[in-house]
Amino acid sequence: MKTLALFVVVITGAMLIYAGQDLPAFGDINSPAYQAPMTQYFIENALPESGVTNIVTALLANYRGYDTLGETAVIFTAGMAVILLLRRRET
Amino acid sequence: MSGILDIVYAEYNYWIYVTLMMIGFYAMIAKKNLIKKIIGANIFQTAIFLFYISLADVTKGTAPILVGGHGAEHAEHAADVIYTNPVPHCLILTAIVVAVSTTAVALALIIRIYNEYGSIEEDVILAARKELQPEFSEHARQRGVAEVSEQ
Amino acid sequence: MSGIQESVIIRTVVRIIVPFIQLFALYVIMHGASGPGGGFQGGVIFGAAIILYAMIFGIGEGKKKMSDALDKILASTGLTIYAATGLICIVCGGMFLQYGAVPLIPDNPAEVSKYLIDLVEIGIGITVLAVMISLFFNVSPPESEPEEAEE
Repeated sequence: MKTLALFVVVITGAMLIYAGQDLPAFGDINSPAYQAPMTQYFIENALPESGVTNIVTALLANYRGYDTLGETAVIFTAGMAVILLLRRRET
Repeated sequence: MSGILDIVYAEYNYWIYVTLMMIGFYAMIAKKNLIKKIIGANIFQTAIFLFYISLADVTKGTAPILVGGHGAEHAEHAADVIYTNPVPHCLILTAIVVAVSTTAVALALIIRIYNEYGSIEEDVILAARKELQPEFSEHARQRGVAEVSEQ
Repeated sequence: MSGIQESVIIRTVVRIIVPFIQLFALYVIMHGASGPGGGFQGGVIFGAAIILYAMIFGIGEGKKKMSDALDKILASTGLTIYAATGLICIVCGGMFLQYGAVPLIPDNPAEVSKYLIDLVEIGIGITVLAVMISLFFNVSPPESEPEEAEE
């Protein structure tokens, strides 16, 4: 069982290493993710459109605001689920 | 031999994350203890977070906070500063929160399982389950499926 | 008084340091727009302050500061603040969470969205701190009264 698990894990790791050969090098400024039009748009227009200097906050609360609303709902739901699961029954 | 070392050195960050991910994956599928499974899942998640954050990095780049401070007029003149990619940071901020939520719910479920069965070992729980409710055990379910398919 | 008392040094230091941790948490939440920080991080720091207090002085003392009912009310209040901010934008003629549509400051949508982002971060912070505290209080074991009588 443990041998099978180790085999599966090593195979998965080897596949990821093989696939990772095409990824850009560490800190490469010409990587596709950095040169993408959206990234440059966010860096240039975060301040004029959102009025905040922290680009991550501008992304989180403005461009991806709907996603962050869902995220807050997720953490709220998790809290309520833990309360329901572990509520001490009143005797 | 040196060829392999060159390949490792060129993208050493990915090797680190794949190793970390393998540790977490192994803990998830090979350990019988439920808490160890949760720890494995967290290691796995951390590997994914680090992978994304390393994709965001740019050599000599600064944090994606506009240089110049609070006022909009001060931030204008620093156009030649290189910023790291803000998009993966934002994605991973979301993912960390979801990871915390899932870990909390999983730990709560484990506490309930411990209260019911008195153990967090998978074998003990399955054996106790078979004893308590034989009609829900894996063997009985397979037999039930076989009977249904015969009809 | 709960069964095991921490030493007087730890209790004194925690009593002094908790207000400063809370102040730092408020700083992190309000600083999210112009520096490192944000609602999630600040909420977790604020929750950690109350959790530290409850760890040292006992769950009962911690629940006096932050009762279960207050926890639930705060958790839903934060989410409501966020959703209400989005709905205000609809009422003012924009789309959901389109901050610039709110005519708070005329002819300056960026400035309006800056303040509304702060409001949203406060909502996130309130939800996160309430959920973190309720997670700790619910996962921690119940305080057993009879065992304390023996000691």
